[in-house]
Amino acid sequence: MNKNPIMQIKNLKKTYNPEKDNEVRAVDNISFDIYEGETFGLVGESGSGKSTTGKLLMKLEDMTDGQVIFLGESIQNKRSRQDLLAFRKNIQMIFQDPYASLNPKMTVKDIIGGPLEVHKLVSSRKERDEMVYNLLEQVGLSKSFANRYPKEFSGGQCQRIGIARALALKPKFIVADEAISALDVSIQAQIVNLMRQLKQEGNLTYLFIAHDLSMVKYISDRIAVMNRGKILELATSDDIYHVPLHPYTESLLSAIPEPDPESERNRQRMAYDESKFTYDQDDPHIGLFEITDKHFVYCHKDEVEGYKQKAERLKQAIIV
Amino acid sequence: MERKSILSVKDLTISFNTFEGEVNAVRGVTFDLEEGETLALVGESGSGKSVSTKAITQLLPKRNTTISKGEIWYHDQDLLKTSSKDMKKIRGKDIAMIFQDPMTSLNPTLTVGRQIAEPLIEHQAMSKQAAKTEAISLMKKVGIIGAEQRFQQYPHQFSGGMRQRVMIAIALACHPKILIADEPTTALDVTIQAQIIDLLKELQAEFDTSTIFITHDLGVVANIADRVAVMYAGRIVEIGTVDEIFYNPKHPYTWGLLASMPTMKMEREDLYTIPGSPPNLLNVPTGDPFASRNMYALEIDFQEEPQMFKVSDTHYAATWLLHPNAPEIEVPDEIKRRNERFATILATKGE
Repeated sequence: MNKNPIMQIKNLKKTYNPEKDNEVRAVDNISFDIYEGETFGLVGESGSGKSTTGKLLMKLEDMTDGQVIFLGESIQNKRSRQDLLAFRKNIQMIFQDPYASLNPKMTVKDIIGGPLEVHKLVSSRKERDEMVYNLLEQVGLSKSFANRYPKEFSGGQCQRIGIARALALKPKFIVADEAISALDVSIQAQIVNLMRQLKQEGNLTYLFIAHDLSMVKYISDRIAVMNRGKILELATSDDIYHVPLHPYTESLLSAIPEPDPESERNRQRMAYDESKFTYDQDDPHIGLFEITDKHFVYCHKDEVEGYKQKAERLKQAIIV
Repeated sequence: MERKSILSVKDLTISFNTFEGEVNAVRGVTFDLEEGETLALVGESGSGKSVSTKAITQLLPKRNTTISKGEIWYHDQDLLKTSSKDMKKIRGKDIAMIFQDPMTSLNPTLTVGRQIAEPLIEHQAMSKQAAKTEAISLMKKVGIIGAEQRFQQYPHQFSGGMRQRVMIAIALACHPKILIADEPTTALDVTIQAQIIDLLKELQAEFDTSTIFITHDLGVVANIADRVAVMYAGRIVEIGTVDEIFYNPKHPYTWGLLASMPTMKMEREDLYTIPGSPPNLLNVPTGDPFASRNMYALEIDFQEEPQMFKVSDTHYAATWLLHPNAPEIEVPDEIKRRNERFATILATKGE
């Protein structure tokens, strides 16, 4: 895999109601890189800050502090319409609710063709329609759908339309925020396969935000686990599943029900005692430490050795 | 082991009148709920799982619903013929419900305590004071910490998981014989979901409640169900014990559902998918409604809808593949793997 970071996130923070009683640190000082061509999974429970992170990277929300560098340029300073257009040409989003994110009064043709017109990528109606037909075909829909309205389609088809719209500008980076959670199981698999296939064809990079760890594992190269605005663990998807180090990751994994009655009967759940992993914010020895190669855990400096031993133990167990 | 059936649904057929025409939401559903068991109803949106169970408690909108056929026997009365006045005595007392979204099913303007006490006062003629004591003990039982203080609080002061615990407390207040849980954990985070499922199982054992558990999450089903009914396009297409459905499924739709879920052990090859999308129940296609999405469809699938074929005493599936004249077919790899597990499970049980 190509190791050029397409997006670098440094000390990103988002605080709502700062300095007030109801202050919320939705995103609390996180740093990571997303490499070109990878699928980066961001998982966490509701309120963990995963969606806020996605919005910050898209500039749908303004960050409180920190820096995000996308394609070599810092995104904070992009304020003019021209700058934002150029920025968003390369970064697009797929949303959770396929019905709510498509304008019910617009035809499929106008929905998908919209971005092409805004960005002045087409000079005529005919050219636009041609491109819309191609996009429809790319996401597995018939071009006869072009003149119909969103309500005429099923959830899975609407999500395909949403994907076609995101692809229209040939972006380099796509943020998929819970893009499959609202869909039925059999349709989820279709959309995931489609996204993988499109990635191979178009050299895309995905940020895949979800709470469903089994799907995230399936689609992602690397995964970051978020809780209360912080990244607690960051590793390759295999490591997250086979060598989970942070107790929060372990508790999440132990809670996923698997479609297998035998393993469900023998399941041991692990509880996560948050109080044991809450640290003094001003302690300089707190942070993401690399425990084994490219496997990071949020902890105190003194705990690193313990995690190293744990990683060793778990890896041994796999080999046996 | 012969178990007594507590609820018996027979040939239930329900349609809705809409602007566009008649939607055949439930097309002949038959099942028994046995005493003390958990029966999971699985299926995609629009398969008729919620509609079937809402008919049991007469919660379907009267204005546009037609129940053209069927019987629902609870003890010696047909719930479809019960007057709405009599139904009020059964609903919430003998048959209780939990719904998906705890926020929309709780009244935001009433304290949580009052909502839990209500069925006790209504159905068990308890005094206000006795109901309060009982409600607090129920809240403790469902794991709400600081029940005495929280009794006075409103739903918005509770988190999603805690609200669902409140719903469970309300549902169990009158020790119902039957609990209908309609996607009770779908809106919750996985860790909270795990807690709620454990709680439901614990309480079920304690109160000896029979449960109908509606969900689309096969992982949850594997955990909680004794028996499973798979629904598609308004019908049950396969029904059996949890082991039979997960390790020895016979219907191609069940195969598709099982194979399209990624498991933790799975390597990253392409996921198996069911092509297309469910049929529109405005005009149900001739033959098996699943035929057009079914790679194993036979010619007859497009002409005649299959009836239930018996696999074992507890296991039935509606697919022509079980007909003696059906050709041999190659099942998906994931199903082969599961069948092997089934063989070992049968072997260990036989010993």
